Amino acid sequence: MNCQDVQNLIHAYLDGELDVVKSLEIEQHLQDCPTCSHAYRNHQALRTAIGDNALYYRAPASLQKRVQSAVRQSSHAGSTLRSMPWRWLGVLASLVVIIAVTWGVTRLSSPAATEVLAQEVVASHVRSLMPDHLEDVASSDEHTVKPWFSGKLDFSPPVVDLANQGFPLMGGRLDYLDNRPVAALVYHHQQHVINVFIWPSTGGSDVAAKTETRQGYHLAYWTKFGMMYWAISDVNETELQQFVQLIQAQATP
Amino acid sequence: MPEHNKVVQFEQTILPHLDAAYNLARWLTQDEHDAEDVVQEACLRAFRFFEGFHGGNSRAWLLTIVRHTCYTWLQKNRAHEPVAFDEELDEVESGASAEDLLLQNADQYALRQAIEELPVEFRAVIVLRELEGLSYKEIAGVAGVPLGTVMSRLARARKRLQHCLIQPMTREA
Repeated sequence: MNCQDVQNLIHAYLDGELDVVKSLEIEQHLQDCPTCSHAYRNHQALRTAIGDNALYYRAPASLQKRVQSAVRQSSHAGSTLRSMPWRWLGVLASLVVIIAVTWGVTRLSSPAATEVLAQEVVASHVRSLMPDHLEDVASSDEHTVKPWFSGKLDFSPPVVDLANQGFPLMGGRLDYLDNRPVAALVYHHQQHVINVFIWPSTGGSDVAAKTETRQGYHLAYWTKFGMMYWAISDVNETELQQFVQLIQAQATP
Repeated sequence: MPEHNKVVQFEQTILPHLDAAYNLARWLTQDEHDAEDVVQEACLRAFRFFEGFHGGNSRAWLLTIVRHTCYTWLQKNRAHEPVAFDEELDEVESGASAEDLLLQNADQYALRQAIEELPVEFRAVIVLRELEGLSYKEIAGVAGVPLGTVMSRLARARKRLQHCLIQPMTREA
């Protein structure tokens, strides 16, 4: 191998792209030829300098969220047509509930009313997991989700993102519980979905969280700052409790 | 696949490479805001064509789309920017054998500037090879050029960088 051959192959050698035989030939030549070995050292030095971390631009933290919500929005836009039947079903379900209200069937704060409500929460949660039904506004940004509810509800639900604590906010949607429209916030925890339903409570005072298990789902409900909360998920009980504590600590009116 | 699964799978496969996507876009557009816009657009494209991704190197797959989005963006917004080398300059002998390149001590600013001044296609190859560590074959795929072109671009880009960095050093000495 002469100097010209080595010059032609030196980059492939440097980048580990040559087979063993060619590599050995080059190494042999580099040992014997000071000019080529000098050039090789320069190439190496340049590589080391460029490989320095200081030249690598890391994505700003906000970019992931931005991309995530853009993708979800585009996914949602693409699926709006397909999800139409579910929307109509939702309207129908609401009508049924409204009729139930006018007949004065349910009354909150009695054990029986809580029982009915728990069933409704489970039903809403299950329905929300059906394709394309999870979020009406898909965003991990609380400042996008919260304003989205205004004009659709006669109250403003507290919205907090708990991504840093392992429960990223995925979005929100309108739902119907306890005979009224309520805010539903959707969180993820690993692969699990957590639904949190929020609406103004009828009683004034705070009530500590109670939990129960139903159809394999864990539920927690409490009252704070005049708002009624129901959280439901298939995460394990401890994780749901942890989530409830985070919401209670951070959600302020 | 169902839309929700597609989103989850996309996020698991593609989002871990956001740094790589941003790094490439940042070097090619040379502007942080433009880079973010390009990455977002590239990710939306990737999502649209995600059904066409059948496993393999997801980073290289995303980078292919990022590079393509960057070039389209550059054509639209920076039409005046040179894509190829000025051949005359390229023929300058580096004379690298004459003096040691103490590049370990070369200041990052000069090196960054030298890379920024490379024509965009050469810059892309340097970033993919030196910062992302892609193989020649992967670079050929991402850049959409034959393997031989990757090798010659890499060689010429490195020669140019050495030339840029040696000159100020010898002048000082």
